Amino acid sequence: MAEERSSLRVDEPVEEPRPSGSALPARRDDLRPYLPGVEPERRLTDWGRSERIEGIMDRYLYDFFYNYWFRVEVEGIENVPADGGALLVSNHSGALPPDAAMIAKAIKEEHPQARSLNLTVEHFFKGYPGFSMLIPKIGGVAAHPANVQRLLYDEQQLVLVFPEGRKGTEKLYRNRYKLRRFGRGGFVEAAMRAQAPIVPICVVGAEEAQPIFAQMNFLRNLTGLIYFPLTPTFPHLGPLGMLGYLPAKFKIRFLEPIRFDEEGMHEDKALVQTYSHEIRARIQENLLEMVGERESVWFG
Amino acid sequence: MSEEATAGALARVGSRRVLITGISTYWGGRLAQALEQRPEIEAVIGVDSKDPTRELERTEFVRVGTQHALLRRIVLAAEIDTVVDTRLLVDSTVASARDTHENNVVGTMNILAACAGADSTVRKFVFKSSSHYYGAEQDDPAFFTEAMRRPHPPQTAIERDIVEAEAAVRDFASKNADVELTLLRFANVLGPDVKTSHTKLFSLPVVPMLLGFDPRYQFVHEDDVVGALAHAVTSDLPGTFNVAADGVLSFTEVVGLLGKSYVPILPPIGTGLAATLARRLGLEIPPEMLGQLRFGRGMDNRRFKSTGFGYRYTTREAVIRLGEYMRLHPILRDAQQPYRYEEEVEEFLRWSPNVRDASFRKDAQLRPNQIAQIQRAIASRSGNAAQPVAGYADLDEDEIVALLPSLEPAQLHALREHERAVGDRERVLSALELALGRAQTTGR
Repeated sequence: MAEERSSLRVDEPVEEPRPSGSALPARRDDLRPYLPGVEPERRLTDWGRSERIEGIMDRYLYDFFYNYWFRVEVEGIENVPADGGALLVSNHSGALPPDAAMIAKAIKEEHPQARSLNLTVEHFFKGYPGFSMLIPKIGGVAAHPANVQRLLYDEQQLVLVFPEGRKGTEKLYRNRYKLRRFGRGGFVEAAMRAQAPIVPICVVGAEEAQPIFAQMNFLRNLTGLIYFPLTPTFPHLGPLGMLGYLPAKFKIRFLEPIRFDEEGMHEDKALVQTYSHEIRARIQENLLEMVGERESVWFG
Repeated sequence: MSEEATAGALARVGSRRVLITGISTYWGGRLAQALEQRPEIEAVIGVDSKDPTRELERTEFVRVGTQHALLRRIVLAAEIDTVVDTRLLVDSTVASARDTHENNVVGTMNILAACAGADSTVRKFVFKSSSHYYGAEQDDPAFFTEAMRRPHPPQTAIERDIVEAEAAVRDFASKNADVELTLLRFANVLGPDVKTSHTKLFSLPVVPMLLGFDPRYQFVHEDDVVGALAHAVTSDLPGTFNVAADGVLSFTEVVGLLGKSYVPILPPIGTGLAATLARRLGLEIPPEMLGQLRFGRGMDNRRFKSTGFGYRYTTREAVIRLGEYMRLHPILRDAQQPYRYEEEVEEFLRWSPNVRDASFRKDAQLRPNQIAQIQRAIASRSGNAAQPVAGYADLDEDEIVALLPSLEPAQLHALREHERAVGDRERVLSALELALGRAQTTGR
């Protein structure tokens, strides 16, 4: 999850003119029965997600990359729960990161339930013309704690977060497979609040698929993008060079879920930090193990 | 249960003597018309500085602006227990920034001053606010809940006014603990009778939009706005509530449902400048709308739904209704004469001893035969007059107990009578007693 803000807390109490709670019995606790129903005539969800556009992307891009280009290998798909909300936490890399799409595709292809995945993205994308139209349509949701809470708890969906955020995607090739800081543990807090399990994920291959040799700050400022990388194909091959991935072999490993069944765990900041470090350590450990076992970057 | 008993039970509920400020606005007029139809509302008094724009029956109109000394005398004299403030302007194109501020902030403060104090009879204050309170920014959540504040201070004059007015209202509520405050934040309204900057945009042959953006939009139908205000008057709902229809659409989806096409001609950079240019060409795009055209806004409407309010239209249905109206409008344009308030006629019908035929007389009170008529209408609408809750016989014990918190005290009374007569189930009765006790401790 990207930057957490403290001003907009999900659990901020409603300002009530008088303290008597009995006039509103148990209303605030669980509003899930009041979620709006689905209108079958609509082609978009309330989040702006479009099945049609997702289908097009899947057919013409994801399918090719998943099956032929990256030849994705998946381990431990059974760790993704078949129902209920769950927070998927992964390492993150690549200038235009292919890891999110590949994880989503892996769950669609390998999981018996073929559940759809919501990807959390930076708020930046909502403000950038073009991106702001496309990202919600293919399942991107701004990384706001309230959004994650609604998806995990109220709508019982799968949410994918990259706690490294931008720090992961802008790191250079020489720092590959070294996890960055995991934010302030906001993702653990979100999972605890929603009482949803966390499924850690390790992705190997994305670092080599689009190595970043340098960051060009001058061009970043000129375009207003969040970063402007130099990759084997970008920027000299134009904007489509962003899709110029090298055919590295992808391996995705889903680790054992971590469950948070107790109420109010998210209020214990020390506990949140402990879990955050623990999850980061587990992903790092598994990543190094997977890289160590790998004989070839291109053939696995 | 007999008709008299229902009427008796209804008469005991919350608000009975209602003052509506801004009776000449569309919302004030519509709300008064809705409350006139409710026999438990004894008196409806509307104040405004302009003539009413909708025909009123038993509502009494007093021409007074927001002078608090005058208002206070009316409130005390009529023993008003509920004040509904419907005056808030939410569109910066309808009045100058100065007049808007005068109306939204100073006017609200004056009305609050008229209701404040230990000797005041006011027990409930309903304030019509707007979702502009939340603004529209890049780092907004996808669904604003009532507990959230806007992430950044307001940039436009109208948003500043709304935030300031709400602060004044909340301050009033905290200083007058015996007054129950219901604050309703309405999404952008759609409907045949309201002209907003959005409906003006949608009625263009080709709808302009911001290049590279497809914002999320949530609307509420005008009938649901009136329904929500009436619901707030007739039930006890302390707190803040979002009022927005189910469903958040994207802008292109809205335009598609209206059967129009869109053209992304507003540039993403220098949008304010382009809006100024468009104003010269006769297309008003107010600044508070630019944020929505870029980032959109969604609200969580579940809290208000959980109080028992049911929306008649989803956002999609509201848009479709508007589309139908826009197709019919050129044909029907001159079919109906707009209502004009005639002061002398109104006075004559109300007060003259020469009005002999009672059906013409505009009475401030409902006559018993009118009450019976309304009761019958309500009963036939809900299908079964003998059941205080629709489909009561089909519910089992658990479902009834789960239902109780959402009911009015009067309905609880009626339900207790009904249960004693029909089911006499111990568990249901004890739960009823508990719910009634709780209702009484909150001072209803």
